[in-house]
Amino acid sequence: MNDPIAMTLDGRTLTARPGQSVGAALTDAGVRSWRTTRGGQPRGLFCGIGVCFDCLITVDGRPGQRACLVPARAGLVLETAPASPSPDPGHQRRDDRDD
Amino acid sequence: MTEPRPTDPARPDPGAPAALSQLDGPPAGRRHSALPAHRSGEAREVDDRWLRAERSGGVYDVAVVGAGPAGLSAAVTAAEQGLRVALVDAGAQPGGQFWRHPDEGAAWPDEGRGQHGWRRFTRLRDRLGRLIGGGRVEAFAERQVWFVEERAAVWHLHLTTTHAAVETPAPRLVRATSLVLCPGGYDRQLPVPGWDLPGVMTAGGVQALLKAHRSVAGRRAVVAGTGPFLLPVAEGLAAAGAEVLAVCEANSVTGWGRSPLGAVSVPGKGLEALEYAGALLRHRVPFRQRTALTRVHGEGSVTGATLSRLDRTGRVRPDVPPQRVEVDLVAFGWGFTPSLELVSAVGATTRVDVDESLVAWVDPNQRTDVPRVYAAGEVTGVGGAVLAAGEGELAGLTLALDHGVPVAGSRIEALQRGVRRHRRFAAAMHRAHPVPQRWAEWLTDETMLCRCEEVTVGAVAEVRDVLGAGDARTAKMLARPGMGRCQGRVCGFATAKLTACGRSLETTDLAPLAKRPFTAPVSLGELATTGEGED
Ligand SMILES: Cc1cc2nc3c(=O)[nH]c(=O)nc-3n(C[C@H](O)[C@H](O)[C@H](O)COP(=O)(O)OP(=O)(O)OC[C@H]3O[C@@H](n4cnc5c(N)ncnc54)[C@H](O)[C@@H]3O)c2cc1C
Ligand code: FES
Repeated sequence: MNDPIAMTLDGRTLTARPGQSVGAALTDAGVRSWRTTRGGQPRGLFCGIGVCFDCLITVDGRPGQRACLVPARAGLVLETAPASPSPDPGHQRRDDRDD
Repeated sequence: MTEPRPTDPARPDPGAPAALSQLDGPPAGRRHSALPAHRSGEAREVDDRWLRAERSGGVYDVAVVGAGPAGLSAAVTAAEQGLRVALVDAGAQPGGQFWRHPDEGAAWPDEGRGQHGWRRFTRLRDRLGRLIGGGRVEAFAERQVWFVEERAAVWHLHLTTTHAAVETPAPRLVRATSLVLCPGGYDRQLPVPGWDLPGVMTAGGVQALLKAHRSVAGRRAVVAGTGPFLLPVAEGLAAAGAEVLAVCEANSVTGWGRSPLGAVSVPGKGLEALEYAGALLRHRVPFRQRTALTRVHGEGSVTGATLSRLDRTGRVRPDVPPQRVEVDLVAFGWGFTPSLELVSAVGATTRVDVDESLVAWVDPNQRTDVPRVYAAGEVTGVGGAVLAAGEGELAGLTLALDHGVPVAGSRIEALQRGVRRHRRFAAAMHRAHPVPQRWAEWLTDETMLCRCEEVTVGAVAEVRDVLGAGDARTAKMLARPGMGRCQGRVCGFATAKLTACGRSLETTDLAPLAKRPFTAPVSLGELATTGEGED
């Protein structure tokens, strides 16, 4: 009864253990981000409990679902949001550059 | 209204309670394994049942928001005193943050692994199961209260489902004479350069992945921030096989000496800390005091971090070279921020606690200053699960008393003594683990402050210094931090600190940030069906 669950992420197979959230399944699969901000920055799980809205994902065509809260279920179709162009090309982050 | 729980083949003991999600519907199929056809039938049945109840004007004696240690204790206690209780929680199962555990429907082995006080929880869960079976409690899982209002001396809680996959949308409304607010809180965060890279998570989020999903958020980690909660997170990661390079504690634990009275008021807590210390030693996790993770590095996700030694004021010591480590996970925790939006929505008085968190003011019986509204748990002051559970029980007994049920005074007094003792301990803990005074010096102008609206520290510093925005609300109006989807839950505290420029935070800094028109995301349809009577 604890057979893995098969879902798809942008057409590729993603498996989860029963009872996991979509966000946990993505984490186990090594996927760390699945959304891009308006400023072009990648986002994945941050708070893990539904508070931060960083982890938004499209589930069965419904956009804006919190991956950390949606339970994994067989056949779920998950889609990452396409990267939207940065509204401001000068909006480049320099924090994480190596120095 | 609630049918007795059917026997679940996966769980032969009929006395054992089911997941919250199973409890609000008849023949509870397991959430993830039930057939879709079965599920939609189930949904209809729940709908009908709910409509019948609504037409008959069902008003509960008490609605409890939150099924964590506080809410669970309050609901069970009040119901055992004979009150009719509705218990609402955003999660699928009771337990809240502290007792978050794997899906009960998926039959995970050793569900209590890595838990503390697990027996206390399972006993509460058993009692809840019996009360639900007996029709004393109705539990509504995976539902968030997004709006609360009082109409004709009855509290109206408007509910929305936590995510679109919840297949039983009803009920949308729960009505009750009294209200107990136990919504807990969330990790408090401070921005540092690079903290918005994937692979940086809140310490609580890392813990939630471990406890509920047995997922390890990374392979090589640093756990950083301040407070005793960093220890169980590091221990959990190490036990799950991750390499934890360091626990960075910004303060020094000799800080405990500052309030010796508080520290010894709960000896059990000292033992717990020793247990963690022992576990960290076994896993060879270094515990670095007066050290902060001041910069996260990476392109697209975390690949490294800079660990800096701090002086007493929280400034990076110029005489000690910072250390650069390679990691793929950073877990940050700077204490917790209580969820004040419901407290704020009912108009209850708030105060600033020792840790600079806005909390609900309550009397020694957990009553707020709004008639028939009680509060318990983190929302009255961050202090851990044992305190939360004690406050919940106290609130439950007070409720009974206020509803005319005789309760032995000695029972209430004993609980009050325990709560006072744990509060003293919590105050000592907060004094020993403040946010370092000069943390803002770790930041650059480009450091992201508001992750949702992508407002930088520099943008907020500008409206502060040039336009004179001396509090978070003004900064928010001028530079938009906290105007995004999380409604300032993540960046609100840091914005308040940055604009306060070193002075202590006051209610006037924090209370405006806790006001949220809706406490959870709702659809236009839900807004439309709220009904008349609001402005
Ligand atoms: C992510 C996270 C992980 C934590 N892990 C630990 C740990 O491992 N060990 C430890 O000692 N402490 C931990 N803590 C601290 C912990 O919160 C407290 O010790 C304890 O759980 C507080 O109990 P509580 O009942 O006050 O609140 P909680 O346990 O937070 O319970 C509150 C409940 O209310 C629900 N809720 C909130 N708002 C609404 C709403 N609007 N509508 C419906 N439901 C709502 C939430 O879903 C939650 O289940 C953690 C905190 C967080 C944020
Ligand atoms: S990770 Fe924060 S809402 Fe999902």
